[in-house]
Amino acid sequence: MEGLKLSDAELMVYIHPSKSRNVRKAICRELSSLLFQYDETFDGVLLAYDLTVGSKQAKILAGLTPYFGVRVNTKLLLFNPKPNSLVEGKILKVSLESIHVVVLGFSAAVITDVDIREEFKYRMKDGEECFVSRSDKDHVLKVGTMLRLQVQSFDEEVMHIAGSLIPANTGCVKWLEKKNDEEALHMDRDRKRRKL
Amino acid sequence: MGASEAVTDPSSLYQMDYMANDFDSDTAVVHTVRNALASVQTGESDSYDELVGVMHVNRFSDSDAVAQLASVLKALSGSVACIDIIHHRKILSAIFGMKLWDQREAVMDALVGLIISLAATSGKYLDSCLNMLVSNFLPPPFVIKGHSEPRIINTKREVLSRVHAALLKISVLVPLAPSRLLPMLAHKMPKIQKKDQSVVIYVENLLKLENSSIGQVSGSMILMMVMERLRDLDLEIGWDDIPQDDPSRGMFDMELEDPAEGTMDEGDELPVGSLKEDTSGENIVSELLDKLMVTAFDHLESCQNAGRLDQVFENLFVSFENYILNTYKSKFTQFLMFHACSLDPENCGVKFASKLMDIFLSSNKPRTTRMSAVAYLASYLARGKFLPVSIVASMLKRLVDECADYCRTCNDDIRPEAHQIFYSGCQAIMYVLCFRMRSILDVPHFRSQLIPLESILMHKLNPLMVCLPSIVAELLRQAKAGGLFIISDSFIFDDLLESELSRAFGGCERLDTFFPFDPILLKMSNSAISPNFNYWAMVRATYEEDEDDDDDAEIIVNGDEDSDEENDGDIDYAMNKMSITPKHSFKNNMERDRLMKMPSRIRPSTSPESL
Repeated sequence: MEGLKLSDAELMVYIHPSKSRNVRKAICRELSSLLFQYDETFDGVLLAYDLTVGSKQAKILAGLTPYFGVRVNTKLLLFNPKPNSLVEGKILKVSLESIHVVVLGFSAAVITDVDIREEFKYRMKDGEECFVSRSDKDHVLKVGTMLRLQVQSFDEEVMHIAGSLIPANTGCVKWLEKKNDEEALHMDRDRKRRKL
Repeated sequence: MGASEAVTDPSSLYQMDYMANDFDSDTAVVHTVRNALASVQTGESDSYDELVGVMHVNRFSDSDAVAQLASVLKALSGSVACIDIIHHRKILSAIFGMKLWDQREAVMDALVGLIISLAATSGKYLDSCLNMLVSNFLPPPFVIKGHSEPRIINTKREVLSRVHAALLKISVLVPLAPSRLLPMLAHKMPKIQKKDQSVVIYVENLLKLENSSIGQVSGSMILMMVMERLRDLDLEIGWDDIPQDDPSRGMFDMELEDPAEGTMDEGDELPVGSLKEDTSGENIVSELLDKLMVTAFDHLESCQNAGRLDQVFENLFVSFENYILNTYKSKFTQFLMFHACSLDPENCGVKFASKLMDIFLSSNKPRTTRMSAVAYLASYLARGKFLPVSIVASMLKRLVDECADYCRTCNDDIRPEAHQIFYSGCQAIMYVLCFRMRSILDVPHFRSQLIPLESILMHKLNPLMVCLPSIVAELLRQAKAGGLFIISDSFIFDDLLESELSRAFGGCERLDTFFPFDPILLKMSNSAISPNFNYWAMVRATYEEDEDDDDDAEIIVNGDEDSDEENDGDIDYAMNKMSITPKHSFKNNMERDRLMKMPSRIRPSTSPESL
């Protein structure tokens, strides 16, 4: 899974005086208001944060309401899938024209039929819609499958990913990993044989 | 895959036949539609224009055209990837401009399918799709006019069930859709000036959304929207629209208990229980509010049946705290809380009382909020028939302890403006006792919890002088008969509903005369509330003797009445529940109606102006 990163950020959080009784709670509330939103400053969608308040000193802003600024050291978990990166998600719906996936439980991703490689054929299996690989019938994409897809674009406003299954390293995560393991085993055996 | 082939296929773009009967022809239509969409970019827009033209068919067009439209819409949902937001602006605006209400069922299904595909396929269309669906919450004029006709009810069900199903599907495929939906719901809500059936239908839909999985995420906001609208309508109804009673009567006087007025003539001016039955603007507002309240009651009942009332109650209380608690002169909206509590007294009922108590006791809340909270608490404990005595007694104990603590630390003389919180607490205790003293004194343990009350009343702050004289008089009368305590001072309260001192402690908001759960004066809402409502006529004061035999007699009298028991079942139930004097017999329906309107007689307690 790509598109996730950890960032260290030093932030100045401005707190309303009425919240001065519990500053930590007030900081958490401010930061929580940024969750699941794309923020240009962070260059990503904030998924989680951890914070430490460095100093007990705060800077009081002059003005009608004396907000006070608290310096906070944070560790932020950010999500920003760049084009051509690989992300993983769960398939929610399969139809002849598209596969709908949810990534990390909040971001909707869709792969339209033009972006599904020729290898996959649309089938109706036991009343269930799915895409089956022509080369390996065990490689099935159906509702519930964890899918690895390539990002084509990411709409930051609605957190929508346009994905693609054209590259060969995309498809069912389980199947891809099994295949990788088998290939690794195969290469291992070859190496051993050569040594012998 | 297929689409790229289709797009490059220069097959005939003219004389399209969109009629599809089987899978193969379905695929053919998809290809034709994709070609038409692709043709725009090459400058050949005839087939595309023809496609756009098909969109203007409605339920009144001939069946071939309707079938063609359904077929095209299905094909479009299979070609969403080929739609470009810039090049295909015309067809997109035609799709988003379509109303499900204008279409037949086959087209409705195809259109909803297309909208779901569009919303889930690209973030660019999400808002427009949600907007289009939400705009279907507002019915066209022909539905509003004939909203009770079976045919219209059927259409309404057909359309709205599809809209809700579509919204749910979109929210599954696009998990953040509910957060985009909320501002649209608020924006599309009919304006406050609009007072017709459309508001009721819109609110029904909002509540239906609250009941769905979308409500899990944004239920609290939806409830706030509904609560805010109820409050706004509530405030539009002035007290002037409610008939005035004789102000010289005390708040505990009841016409039914007054032997002199035992038999009223039919020609008498009636103390109407509901709002004036004229056609004025306010009457329209009150009818609308009544309908909305009943809709909200039904929603609460459905939540109770689904076992999620507890969760909804939390959200409801937040809305109540934000919109109602501090609203001056809120008259009806608060009954949503009352009804929710009556549905689940053990859980919600207790929670409501404790939350109000917590607000009253929290020193960092504004004064008016605390006073309002205790006014709500007192009125709720007095009026909630479903509340067990143990709960009332435990709440009273907390109030009594709080006031006793205050007395210990305070060494001041009577200064109503300086001790408003204290006086409002004392008045709350007294008010609840007026309604509940008899049942509390019956249990020695509860009686012992009230012992500090005497010292509070005897304190230099002298709440008996400051609180509303009518309440104090009733309390002293009952306390004397019940032997609660001995108070040596004698007070004269004749014909005094309030005094200078009570006015002073109530402040300009007149919180001294605020009893928010006095009988609700909306007809339909009242029938839902009254079975759980403690009317003053039903209260057994300590000075009254047991009249069980008489009550039995009264029930028999009612039973002898000729009449349509089925229609008036609720009325009979409500009347039988009252310990009213058996001297009355219901001569006819009119008389019976008049008696049902009795609650307005004790209304003066809530309305500052009427004093």
